[in-house]
Amino acid sequence: MLRIVKYVLYDILQNQIVIGYTLFLLAVSFGLFNMSGDPTKGLVSLLNIVLIVTPLVSIIFATIHFYNASEFIELLAAQPIRRSVIIWSEFLGLAVAMKLAVLVGIGIPVALYAPNATGLTLLIAAIGLSVAFVAIALLAAVITRDKAKGIGVALLLWFYFALLYDALVLFLMFSLADYPLEKVMLVFISFNPIDLARVVVLLQMDISALMGYTGALFREFLGTGWGIGFAFVVLLFWIFIPISIAVRMFRRKDL
Amino acid sequence: MLESIHLSKSFGKLKALDRLSIRMEAGQAVSLVGPNGSGKTTFLKCLLGLVIPDSGDLCLNGQSILSQWDYRRQIGYMPQIGRYPDNMRVGQVFDMVREIRRDTFSHLDDDLMQAFEVSKFAHKPMRTLSGGTRQKVSACLAFLFDPDVLVLDEPTAGLDPVASEILKEKVLVEKAKGKLVLVTSHILSDLEELTTDVMYLIEGKLQFYQSIEQLKSRTGEDKLNRALAQVMKQNATNS
Repeated sequence: MLRIVKYVLYDILQNQIVIGYTLFLLAVSFGLFNMSGDPTKGLVSLLNIVLIVTPLVSIIFATIHFYNASEFIELLAAQPIRRSVIIWSEFLGLAVAMKLAVLVGIGIPVALYAPNATGLTLLIAAIGLSVAFVAIALLAAVITRDKAKGIGVALLLWFYFALLYDALVLFLMFSLADYPLEKVMLVFISFNPIDLARVVVLLQMDISALMGYTGALFREFLGTGWGIGFAFVVLLFWIFIPISIAVRMFRRKDL
Repeated sequence: MLESIHLSKSFGKLKALDRLSIRMEAGQAVSLVGPNGSGKTTFLKCLLGLVIPDSGDLCLNGQSILSQWDYRRQIGYMPQIGRYPDNMRVGQVFDMVREIRRDTFSHLDDDLMQAFEVSKFAHKPMRTLSGGTRQKVSACLAFLFDPDVLVLDEPTAGLDPVASEILKEKVLVEKAKGKLVLVTSHILSDLEELTTDVMYLIEGKLQFYQSIEQLKSRTGEDKLNRALAQVMKQNATNS
């Protein structure tokens, strides 16, 4: 499998998008830390960028790459290799590329300006989100045969997780404001990896007081070691479930 | 050696293969003939595991190959349209396939690579190659690992006459070694030269499967194209 991952990575690094993405992350991170003298403020600003940009780039890049690699995949599928090895290699190659970009582009500035638990949480959340969205992208790409449609589906999924979901949850909270929804909210944020990452990082920053009673409940649950562990397990599910469905479907797909 | 049992596959409403049953032995060279869209390529792709059949079974040497992968080491495949990663060079494609199959072959057969002088264009990126040169690459890859079964989908389409002769020569050599060769082509004179048997498909159904000799004597024609034309005419009047 590593032999194939090597060729996938080689192919990804040949087009310079990943390098451009890394430089972009570096520029944004350094810029934000320098503009706001206080590293905590810098982290908050960075968090907002990270939650929008890393899922978007991961899902779009992975989808386009998977469609462009169709020739490569066809060539491999006629060789004595398992189908599952082919798609796992694509996933690993993409995940490693995205991880490297985040590790360099966000990891270096954070290590320089905010080398603390919050910074580390932000970095891990960014990596986890990148990998989860690569997994979601591959699932979308395996299901849809048409390239334009696949990219459209990927964009819609990002739009849903990054923007729509929050709006829906807010709407629900407003219309059901008379009921105690705090515990339900905990379930709701687990259904969106971006929200989950946001809450976990914010709780590290000790500003949960701003989030009212729900914030206090989050603090009580997610602020503890158990809570953080729970959050990362949920994030792992967000990686593992889409990719294992994608592998299963890819094994039965007509190429 | 190769046996297909009630193999069926449909794409939506279109039935690409309809309960196809056939048996082939080593040393045979079989032509797949039929109008466009009659399921020839689908049958070959099922054999390679690129297309997953809906029902039925496909056995190689007595073992079902459905959802298996290891059997592919015994198959050399030359696709109709060779699609390769655009930003890889010709040499890299060969290196990659060789590396991936590292532990599945005993020796390499680079006769074709030498005959086509692949080393002369090994440094070129795949995207700059002409259709014919791509076909050469596909042909070399199909024969490279000395497989027991050769699957050639329109092998001579796009090749220049010299290259086409080289390839045909090679197919005959491999056939004489007792390999199973499957060829689709619309150039019937090529098929007559290369193959011993004909399987004729229409809309995924096997119309007939017999040796070229039998076919000729049955129809009283001495050329394959005339014999096939005769059969097609008969079919048309029967139906």
